[in-house]
Parts: sequence; structure tokens; C-alpha cells
Amino acid sequence: MEVNVENKFVVQNLNLFYKDVQALRSISMEIMKQQITALIGPSGCGKTTFLRVLNRMNDLIEGVRIDGTVLLDDQDIFGPDVDVVNLRKRVGMVFQRPNPFPMSVYDNVAYGPRIHGQKNKSQLDQIVEKSLRSAALWDEVSNRLFKSALGLSGGQQQRLCIARLLAVEPEVVLMDEPTSALDPLSTLKIEELLRDLKNHYTIVIVTHNMQQAARVSDSTAFFLNGDMVEFGPTETLFTRPKDQRTEDYITGRFG
Amino acid sequence: MTSRSTFDRELNDLKQDILRMASLVERSLFLALDSLLSGDPVAAREVITGDDAIDNLQDDIENQCIKLIATQQPMARDLRVIITGIKIMINLERMGDHAVDIARSAMCVCGQMPQKPLEKIPHMARLVQQMVKEGMDAYVHNDVEKARQMCMTDDEVDELYNLTFQDLISYMEEHPQSIGCVVYLLMVARYLERIADRATNIAEDVIYLVTGERQCLN
Repeated sequence: MEVNVENKFVVQNLNLFYKDVQALRSISMEIMKQQITALIGPSGCGKTTFLRVLNRMNDLIEGVRIDGTVLLDDQDIFGPDVDVVNLRKRVGMVFQRPNPFPMSVYDNVAYGPRIHGQKNKSQLDQIVEKSLRSAALWDEVSNRLFKSALGLSGGQQQRLCIARLLAVEPEVVLMDEPTSALDPLSTLKIEELLRDLKNHYTIVIVTHNMQQAARVSDSTAFFLNGDMVEFGPTETLFTRPKDQRTEDYITGRFG
Repeated sequence: MTSRSTFDRELNDLKQDILRMASLVERSLFLALDSLLSGDPVAAREVITGDDAIDNLQDDIENQCIKLIATQQPMARDLRVIITGIKIMINLERMGDHAVDIARSAMCVCGQMPQKPLEKIPHMARLVQQMVKEGMDAYVHNDVEKARQMCMTDDEVDELYNLTFQDLISYMEEHPQSIGCVVYLLMVARYLERIADRATNIAEDVIYLVTGERQCLN
């Protein structure tokens, strides 16, 4: 298979403050297209904050100040002409706990395309089926599309949230600990799904589960106290990290 | 107490078992060569019966490594400690087998070996024993420099092996009545050369353990 080494995001000298507290310090990194990039580090290290920079979710938090640049396909996402709604359509997010809307499976997936103006019934049917298939959920829900999504298992709900995201055809999928509320089998299903999805999407995943980062990602970044300590190919980072702090964290001898 | 005290203790136990295995192998090698050079079959028999203890220890170490990988999900240096543990254990086990091979050869030639063709063997044996010892010293102290230096001796052993080989062939041509005995010495020289290669493998494992880099020193 051809290896794609194009950038999707280029982050340069990014600093982020919550009022007076600096949460990210001089972060510079490149996130590659059609790869899975994992962000690891202890609680409070800034990895989720960093993830939320990538689709400007931090804009919603009062007192946040950001400097530095974040380029998405060479365009500064903080530029004056950027439409944040469009940015979040291109860069979607899946959260820790599955959060399906209290409506049918079908309506959950059709929600995004509908608010973006899609009204055609047969088009919507196609989008719903394609998205559910891409999220490896179609076979399990095709006979209950019009029943409430809240009746699905946790793992199914999380895949539904992924299908809901895929329905608006994003370019990047951000995932904030997407399996931490799931059982091990559902977790493995999501991980398999991620490997399929990376053929079409750029994926950035925050995870507390180091084995998960090791299993699924191509590159891993280790964050500590707002610094990005080390960033490199996953295989190298987990077998011979360069920084002693990375070594201490991934071998569980931290603090 | 660190957050992984139990795991650290288990990794240390693993290292102690590998060192115990190494000391058994070093002793077997010493006894096998002593038996060959002195013509005393008692030591050779001890090597042959003692090999079970080495094999049992090998099984123990292998089981420990499997358990640690399955239960602790080792990463980074921890992973390298376990992987090099397995590799060193395999090299030691093969060395132990070669010591048995030398002991069997010693028993076959016991009391019939002329002194002349034996001349180069003690020097070669000393070098090989020194390599095994230094390889394990490098492992104990995580000493990359020592591991590298030790491997230089391997060239000397190879050269000595080639010379010994030529000498023994000449000797057999001149003394065809000794061929039945001297051919065992050819094999012993070969076993020693193989043990030196195994020791070099251990040095490479030590370098990987410490630095994470693979180097071919053979």
C-alpha cells in the first residue's frame, strides 16, 4: 500500500491559557493525512485541550486565550475568514461517553445532513446506510432503524455517534477517549473500525489506555504539564522512547 | 515504593535466574574442557548429567517471560529486558549443549589423545570462556562498552579456529593412526568457535537492552 505522508494539520508554537494558567506551551507538530495520531499523558497534561484546539471547541470556554498557528490544509483555522461551523463539519469529534440524541437510529444519522440542507428522502436513506456501514453498525441495526437509539448497547451507541459524524463527510475525526466507557470487546470493535476509517480520514485520538495507543496509532505524542515531551512513530515511542519522562510514563513508573 | 514495585521485583528475579543459568553454563564449559585436557572422564559425566538443570532453568525463565508479557503489558525498557532475557536464555542453552558436545568428545578420546594436537585448544578455550564471562558481566552492569570490546575477541577466536583446523588436518595427514581421536578435536574447536558466536549474540542483546539500537558485531 502506498504510504501517504502529506500533512493535514501543521501546528506551530501553540500556546493556550485558561485565564492566567498556561495549559499548552509552545506545541509544534504535524498531523499526517490518513494516519492515526494518538495523544497520551496523565490527567491534566493538556492532551484533551490540544485536541479541542483542532476544531476550535475551546472557543466555547470563557477565558481561553490562544496564540500560535494551526494550519488545516495550509489554512489558518484561527483566520478571520474561517467559518467555525464549517470547520467543525470538516473536523468532527467523538466524545468519551456515547451521546446519541433521544431519537431513532435513522434520525440520529440523518441529523447532520438534514441541518446542512439535505431533504431528499432517497439521498438520506443512502447516506444513513453508507454511514452505518462505515461505522460497522449496519448489520446490527438495519432491522431497527426507526427504534430509539437509546436502546442500543454502549458500544453500538458509540459506533452510532461515529456514523452520525461520518454522515456529514468530515475530513478529520477527533476522538476524546472514545472507548473509556466501553467493555473490552466493544473497545476492540471500535479499534478495528479506526483502522478501516483511516483509509479515508485523518484520525486524532486522546486515550488513557496506552496499549490502545500502541495498538491503533501510527504516531504518538506524549504530553506532560502542557508540554509535548515527545512525538514520533508509535513503534519507536513504545519500544525505545528518547526522553526519560516518556519512558517513566509508559512503563508506569511515573511520579 | 514505586508504582510498579511488584513488577520491578519480578524483572529482577528474571535477571537473577538468567545469571544463575549463566553460571551453570560457565561451570559446564569449564568442566568439559578440563575433562578434555586432563583426560579425566568424571568431570565430563558431570557435565552431561548437569545439563538437565540448565534445561529446567531455561523452561522456568521462558515461563516467567511469557507470564510477564501476558500480565504486565511491558513497554520500552521493560519490554527490552524481557525480550533480551529470552534471547540470552536461548544463547546460554545452546552454549550448555555445546559444553555437553565437548564433554562427549572428551569421553570418546579419554586417555588416547596425543599431546601435540591439543596445544592450541587451551588458548582458544581460555578466550572463549573469557568472552562468555565478559558478556555476562556486560549484562549485569548494562555495560555497552564492555559488550563491544568483548566482541573483538571473537575475531581472535575465529583466527585461532582456522589455524587449529589447518594444524589438525596436517597432523592427521602425518599421523593417520590418530585420525579417530584427532577428528574429535576438530569438532571441539568448532564447538568453541560456535560458543564464541553465541557470546557475541549476548553482547548484541546487551547493547539492544541498554540503547534500544540493534548492532551486528559478528
